[in-house]
Amino acid sequence: MRKRDRTPKTYTRLTHPLVRDSREAPLRRATWEEALDRTARGLAAARGAFGMFSCARATNEMNYVAQKFARVVMGTHNVDSCNRTCHAPSVAGLSAAFGSGGGTSSYEEIEHTDVIVMWGSNARFAHPIFFQHVLKGIRGGARMYAVDPRRTSTAEWAESWLGPNVGTDIPLAHAVGREIIHAGLVNEAFVERATTGYDDYRALVEPWTLSLAEKVTGVPAAAIRDLAHAYARAERAQLCWTLGITEHHNGTDNVRALINLSLLTGHVGRYGSGLQPLRGQNNVQGGGDMGAIPNRLPGFQDVLDPEVRRKFETAWDTVVEPHHGLTLTEMFEAMDEGTLRAVYCIGENPAQSEADAEQAVRRLRALDFLVVQDIFLTRTAELADVVLPATAGWAETEGTTTNSERRVQRVRKAVTPPGEAREDIDILCDLAARLGHDWKYADAEAVWNELRALSPDHHGMTYARLEEHQGIQWPCPSTEELEPPYLHGRLWSRDPGLRGRRAPFGIVRHDPPVDLTDERYPIRLTTGRRLDSYNTGVQSGGYASPLRRGESVELCPEDAERYGVVVGEQVRVTSRRGSLLAPVWVDPALRPGLAFMSFHFPDEVDTNQLTIEANCPIAGTAEFKASAIRIEKVSTGGPALR
Amino acid sequence: MTAIPLGVPRRLVEFTLDGQEARVPEGSTILDACRAAGKDVPTLCEGDTLTPKNACRVCVVDVEGARTLAPACSRRAEPGMVVRTDTERARHSRKVVLELLASSVDLSTTPSVAQWLTEYEAKPDRFGPDAARVDEAPRVDNDLYVRDYGKCILCYKCVDACGDQWQNSFAISVSGRGFDARISVEHDGPLTDSACVYCGNCIEVCPTGALSFKSEYDMRAAGTWDEERQTETTTVCAYCGVGCNLTLHLQDNEIVKVTSPHDNPVTHGNLCIKGRFGYQHVQNRD
Repeated sequence: MRKRDRTPKTYTRLTHPLVRDSREAPLRRATWEEALDRTARGLAAARGAFGMFSCARATNEMNYVAQKFARVVMGTHNVDSCNRTCHAPSVAGLSAAFGSGGGTSSYEEIEHTDVIVMWGSNARFAHPIFFQHVLKGIRGGARMYAVDPRRTSTAEWAESWLGPNVGTDIPLAHAVGREIIHAGLVNEAFVERATTGYDDYRALVEPWTLSLAEKVTGVPAAAIRDLAHAYARAERAQLCWTLGITEHHNGTDNVRALINLSLLTGHVGRYGSGLQPLRGQNNVQGGGDMGAIPNRLPGFQDVLDPEVRRKFETAWDTVVEPHHGLTLTEMFEAMDEGTLRAVYCIGENPAQSEADAEQAVRRLRALDFLVVQDIFLTRTAELADVVLPATAGWAETEGTTTNSERRVQRVRKAVTPPGEAREDIDILCDLAARLGHDWKYADAEAVWNELRALSPDHHGMTYARLEEHQGIQWPCPSTEELEPPYLHGRLWSRDPGLRGRRAPFGIVRHDPPVDLTDERYPIRLTTGRRLDSYNTGVQSGGYASPLRRGESVELCPEDAERYGVVVGEQVRVTSRRGSLLAPVWVDPALRPGLAFMSFHFPDEVDTNQLTIEANCPIAGTAEFKASAIRIEKVSTGGPALR
Repeated sequence: MTAIPLGVPRRLVEFTLDGQEARVPEGSTILDACRAAGKDVPTLCEGDTLTPKNACRVCVVDVEGARTLAPACSRRAEPGMVVRTDTERARHSRKVVLELLASSVDLSTTPSVAQWLTEYEAKPDRFGPDAARVDEAPRVDNDLYVRDYGKCILCYKCVDACGDQWQNSFAISVSGRGFDARISVEHDGPLTDSACVYCGNCIEVCPTGALSFKSEYDMRAAGTWDEERQTETTTVCAYCGVGCNLTLHLQDNEIVKVTSPHDNPVTHGNLCIKGRFGYQHVQNRD
């Protein structure tokens, strides 16, 4: 049985505002006037206890206005988005090493490289068109190494597949580093000229011999050695990663451990050599670039820099507080403490996307005021006091988004939005006006030009130039010239002045997953995406994919036999936080003790009831990739399924 | 430090095209030169994102001194070459190719073909009413796209797009030989039992509409498909962070088809299932 008969929940567009007269009352239709007035009242009452969930799906322009709303109208840096649940560790790690949070390479470069390492990334499924560039590279002679606990469809194209135990990326990376050092393959000129902390790093990785790493990671020593030599000996090499690296309680440390390898070998800052974190949402890069994060102002400029603050204070005629705001994760914790009482949530669905979803729902319910601005009545919107119908960023508005290679591209309005749905920026401006700030933007381009005046990295990107070049990669300070497609070429400069701050090695230690497996929870559950579906399925549920077979818990054939379960059979899956029923799927890409689920069908099987909210202390990303579960047969004739 | 590879500088090749001096960068094809000179040479199997296959022979030109006609789409321009695009021999050859194709295959949804048939005075009817090569109903076995082999000219573009030139899924191949040759998935089964991942990159390159969006197929069947009323707007996909450019084809405020610009640095005209078909959510309006 390949496909089950199933009717997935499909969402229909919101066409008018909804309000709730009391906490218990149902949502009812309202006019824009009433809905906006109520929102303004709700937000005004919560000054000092407000948080903005901006949207990694919406345009740069919308994210710019949303963070400005939080900072100017509400006077807080509490603005963040779902970047927190995916790639915040990449940004944190890259910033710590290089002072900039973007991937260092371009897609085109991977076609002209010699060695490609895909670490914790099933790009063949999750980033299919990026993977076409990888395939071009492979067809051109590049050798690809796949590092992933699952033998994914990406791994099928690899020269070698390294399958570490979940959460042992740091031991593996350290063993690769140690092997490079002991084989005499360190790029000494680069290390000396462009890095700091090498001696500490060498001491740090010294214990991670190939045999110890084999014991801890489960990867054969010879395969680790092979990867180390291939990466270090390559003329050019690309190191790519996705959420397999970041969605851990020590995600930032994982990222640092990978960056160390590029520093050791000089595989950064040159054409064809670089680091490429693959972003999960259409504008998760841009959201952060626009300052919709609690520690950066637009243009990824540091909130703690007095010069920067002065520039924004002048431009916005306001006071910019000299401290960081709360991350999404911290905002959820502040809800428990009662210090965050109102939330403006734009285009996000945290009630289903957060780890430990039940806890997230309980916290959202406890708020004094929740306004949700979305194109659908999501589970999060169902909890709201006011629901504002918005336009779909990618097809119903003008603006720009920024992709994984830092390319800012034009988004254009093709479709007329339904009913009374309005553009995010117009809604934000109307609310700002009600709260005493009269912002006038003629169109998205006016917002963009305000941003260009404040962000040196975006200054040269006029709409006309974006159109002409089919998108431009940041940094782009000049309106005349274009920068190289890779970052940090400065590190190779002979002149120490031009070289700038040297990149520090990350001194990070192995720390196994928080949710330990034991006799009661013997199976390691890891999560990820499937080819045809996306995140909580609100978008992708809308089309009839022939590949879709709904949620299931995927086991290896050996485990299926051990538990006596077959494909399609409903089983009970239990973690220390929750329990649910899910059908079994058997996937030979897994191995004994490792199970896989996606989170695309939360209305059928709410996978995030199982996941653990163990957060990276630096970036705040939860450990979606490692929970401990057990599988139990549901006795025949038992309770009805689902 | 590795510099950005600029490639070898390309010299200009000079040759004679229809009696006029033509200069094109080294490596250009005769077709490139014709297009640069504003000449309309018919093409079917040629694709701007694919390696020339020389399957259809509708673009042939006369090269002085050559025994046979040369396909303009793959023959590179050489210095001193004398090329004529409009000799009696070339025109006659194109006419026969068009007659053979148009009599054996349904070209009703092939752009420009009606105009070429007139221009070359082709008479496909002279082979009689039973010339159809494949006589079968379109295959509608999934909700995303339809395969109508009655419109297939065996140009191999879908095979190349699905295979090693782009998608590397190898779901589509040619089965049979000679008169029995046809495009097929494994065991000629339904798409849903094949290796197809529904990226639709085969639809993107199909020159005749043999492969089409189900939305287009349904609208054509209902008589509502009207390209005159359609608009095309290029935006950026709303799914992952790769940033693929999507060209949305709209009719009456409904997205009816999605393509991608072939010269786009991110996609080169290719998309995945989500970008190609995952648009329906914006128009689920009750």
